[in-house]
Amino acid sequence: MELINIFIKAAFIENMVLAYFLGMCSYLAVSKTLDTAFGLGLAVIFVLGITMPINWLITTFLLSESGLLGMDLTFLRFILFIAVIASMVQLVEMIIEKYSPALYSSLGIFLPLITVNCAILGGSLFMIAREYTFPESVSFGLGSGFGFFLAIIAIAAIREKIRYSNVPGPLRGLGMAFILTGLMGIGFMSLMGIDPGAFTGTN
Amino acid sequence: MADTSTVDQPKVKDKKPLFGKRERRLITDPLNDNNPITVQVLGICSALAITTQVSPAVVMTLAVIFVMGFANLFTSLLRHTIPKQVRMIVMLIIIAFLVTVVELSLKAINYPIYQELSVFIGLIITNCIIMGRLEAFAMADKPWPSFLDGVGNAMGYGAILIIVAFFRELFGSGSLMGWELFGPGPQFMINTEAHALLSWYMPNNLMVLSASALFVIGVLIWIHRAWNRDLIDVS
Repeated sequence: MELINIFIKAAFIENMVLAYFLGMCSYLAVSKTLDTAFGLGLAVIFVLGITMPINWLITTFLLSESGLLGMDLTFLRFILFIAVIASMVQLVEMIIEKYSPALYSSLGIFLPLITVNCAILGGSLFMIAREYTFPESVSFGLGSGFGFFLAIIAIAAIREKIRYSNVPGPLRGLGMAFILTGLMGIGFMSLMGIDPGAFTGTN
Repeated sequence: MADTSTVDQPKVKDKKPLFGKRERRLITDPLNDNNPITVQVLGICSALAITTQVSPAVVMTLAVIFVMGFANLFTSLLRHTIPKQVRMIVMLIIIAFLVTVVELSLKAINYPIYQELSVFIGLIITNCIIMGRLEAFAMADKPWPSFLDGVGNAMGYGAILIIVAFFRELFGSGSLMGWELFGPGPQFMINTEAHALLSWYMPNNLMVLSASALFVIGVLIWIHRAWNRDLIDVS
């Protein structure tokens, strides 16, 4: 039950994009159409779901003082986390290039940029700061990924609709997306502070 | 041998002037037609995080100009030796190295500012504008143009950062560069008439929230595109 709580909390209440404003670059740039947003969302779920447990294992067994090396190496964690994330993203890139060349070309430069998507590194740092256990870190990773997926699908759907509205020319596209995201963020602020235990009947 | 090399060098320079038309465009394009934030949509995260006040935005701009210029230069020098499959890790190591240089030098030069900014300086590693330019430009071009491209893009990025920070600090905290202008009691004003002139404005807390940075950038894009109509999204 605790795991479901963490999932719901990460996906809805503390949404990476709309509550913490992390991972904005790819969120705004790849949300022009629903298809590409869907592909990027799945890629982010995959990368977050994989890197989070790996980074948990690294901090617990390599970097902590009670780990295998017996030294406190936490100052190395940025470089190691980034290296794990970069290799995972490279893996995803190769998979997408092989199985869906159309998606690969439409994602363009924003696929390698998942590496520097702050939501992913931020997720790993949140996980360390909140002292999650291994199963909790898996749940948190998948939940954060799902939250990003939901947010990017939502903005892509709104942007596809708004294309037919009478928006002033210079504001069309990117400008409107920024303002919409700001409004969605203010909306999501009202979800902060909800007790996730209320959903699952625990607590 | 020595004579021929000295004779040859000016010829090469004649063919490719240090600041030719293309080189100048590399610097000026990111300031307007190809701005990193308002056109390429890169580097938004830090634009939201550090623009509540002007002075961190200025220090951040200087740091990013340094890191981006040299990251582009080094990546471009190494572009034929980096295997495609591990290029991201190599780029990140270059960036992380330069960011460490910035962090340590700032610590040595100005410790109070370092304490104020330490987290944000680390965040330069995950600033997508640097990675984006390395991937899009430095991996495919010569060192000197790459260096200029890095500096130009960092300046375009910094310009937006400082503009956004100006409005957010002015309306959010009622101050500029730490100087209180609005609000109940501006600290530096002895002249009561000037004080009465400015004290009517109450700082708006909405401008301190991250969401307001999105509004400010949104309006900025509106103004930019109304002025430069080529950039309007026609689709």
